[in-house]
Amino acid sequence: MTEPLIFEKSRSGRRAFAQAPRETVDTSIPSEFLRDDVPLMPEVSEMQVVRHYTRLSQQNFSIDTQFYPLGSCTMKYNPRACNAVAMLPGFAGRHPLGPVSHGQGFLSCMYDLQEMLKAVTGMMGVSLTPMAGAQGEFAGVAMIRAYHTARGDHERTEIIVPDAAHGTNPATAVMCGCTVRELPTAADGDIDVDALQAIVGPNTAGIMLTNPSTLGVFERRIMEVAEIVHAAGGLLYYDGANLNAILGKVRPGDMGFDVIHMNLHKTFSTPHGGGGPGSGAIGVGERLLPFMPVPIVGKTGEGDDAWYDWLTEKDLPQTIGQLSAFMGNSGVLLRAYVYMRMVGKEGMRRIAEFATLNANYIQARLRAAGFELAYPERRATHEFIVTLKKEAKTLDLTAMDVAKALLDYGYHAPTTYFPLLVPECLLIEPTETETQDILDRFCDAMIAIIESARSGESRHKEAPFSLPVRRLDDVKAARNLDLAYKVPAE
Amino acid sequence: MNELPGDLIYTSEHEWLRQEEDGTVTVGITNHAQEALGDLVYVELPEVGQEVSSGGDMAVVESVKAASDVYSPVSGEVISVNEELADTPENINSDPYGDGWIVRIRASEVAADTMTPNEYQEFLDALDE
Repeated sequence: MTEPLIFEKSRSGRRAFAQAPRETVDTSIPSEFLRDDVPLMPEVSEMQVVRHYTRLSQQNFSIDTQFYPLGSCTMKYNPRACNAVAMLPGFAGRHPLGPVSHGQGFLSCMYDLQEMLKAVTGMMGVSLTPMAGAQGEFAGVAMIRAYHTARGDHERTEIIVPDAAHGTNPATAVMCGCTVRELPTAADGDIDVDALQAIVGPNTAGIMLTNPSTLGVFERRIMEVAEIVHAAGGLLYYDGANLNAILGKVRPGDMGFDVIHMNLHKTFSTPHGGGGPGSGAIGVGERLLPFMPVPIVGKTGEGDDAWYDWLTEKDLPQTIGQLSAFMGNSGVLLRAYVYMRMVGKEGMRRIAEFATLNANYIQARLRAAGFELAYPERRATHEFIVTLKKEAKTLDLTAMDVAKALLDYGYHAPTTYFPLLVPECLLIEPTETETQDILDRFCDAMIAIIESARSGESRHKEAPFSLPVRRLDDVKAARNLDLAYKVPAE
Repeated sequence: MNELPGDLIYTSEHEWLRQEEDGTVTVGITNHAQEALGDLVYVELPEVGQEVSSGGDMAVVESVKAASDVYSPVSGEVISVNEELADTPENINSDPYGDGWIVRIRASEVAADTMTPNEYQEFLDALDE
């Protein structure tokens, strides 16, 4: 059943007690900034509001209710303990402008988080300040530019990006004033090293790589890639989107990367989806240490004499600056800290092992059932790609049809139509937090969908059947975008 | 509509171009390109008067699945753009070689690396394998 818009429940003069207008009027706002007309607001009772939003929340697909194999997003379970600790009043009530003497507990957690992230990624410095992945990327490339500029190397403005990369990578490069050189992928899913050799040169600022890549395979020639880029005078940027696959196993720092952004909301299990709040903490190697965004938490003394303080522009005069009002989303950072403390060093390794084992298990079952893999000769990392190129032609069964049909089985769809270079693809990432039973049932659903299409009796073009909203007209939605409610004419 | 118009030349980036009698060049994207993109929802056009260079970005086509750059197959000056695409990007889907044309360019440099209809058809067949 579709829930009407809250505006459609509005009756003139109806009012919720909690939302009653204030009696006083703020006179400090200059009149030219005051609006003349009253904004359109729904007039509803408190009970109507509660029921409306509760019903909407019940219609959500979420990791708490459904298996969520959304590739490249790492939609893993968010342990409740992380919430419980981060919500302690001493943390939740801390004022960001309070004196550091009142926040030593919080600061010590943030310092330890920096240290743990350094250890697990093999980097030499960590700044927690970027608010989300995109800002982490921005910080990373801004540091690369700052590094070249500080050396008087002004011609280095090209960022090399593989054609399989997340769209944010070239966007970040352009945002930082660089131009993008696209790097082709070889037939086996690795980047084309010969092509890389041909395009590096005196204009190369750096290369942005995700490893494992968005194709769900590990770049096997990464050490060679690092050597080529460094020899040309460029730096290596690691996009942390797929860090979950290698946690505790291989470290980006050991692969030769100079800078990395980590999505703590993916790898370290803080809640995400729906736009945030995220955390795009960055780690750097020696070359980029002076350029890190501030503030960073510093420590002097040990044991009872330990003292934590903010490091600012005074301490890092070459910093690219401050990226947010304070230091990132502190509640998210705390949850990541608790998560890392709970799983520990050994647990990190098990995360990577089970994330890749689960992906390989689904890959093996789907392959056996006749699904075509995009890179059949490669072992899956924490995710892998199925292509329905053949089925789209012979059965009129597209990746979107499978995605919609899965909803009827109670599973969130995998990532569809990404990466762009694989036609009709599904990017499947089960994560480590699922049992074999769930993986099996998901495979059963995938197999049932393709078999019913093969039998010719499928109604997959009409799926989903069981959800409040059926197949959306996404073309109409994009062409005639309508976001503002208008009162219908009487 | 699998037949490729015989009076056009094609690029490996799936643009087509037509030499007009007045010496200008009309450019659009091929039927294969619109099929791969799916239903288009937005087209970003260059400015009239803008200089474009061969192989450089010229326009952006966006579908519900993806956004893709359209590269200019020639160097020169944009002398007109298909304004109708702003409201009806679907013209590229329904008529890629006609109403779906994107820009007209006064070319200062002849395109390199283009294909005849037969060559482009072979190129497409090879992609399919």
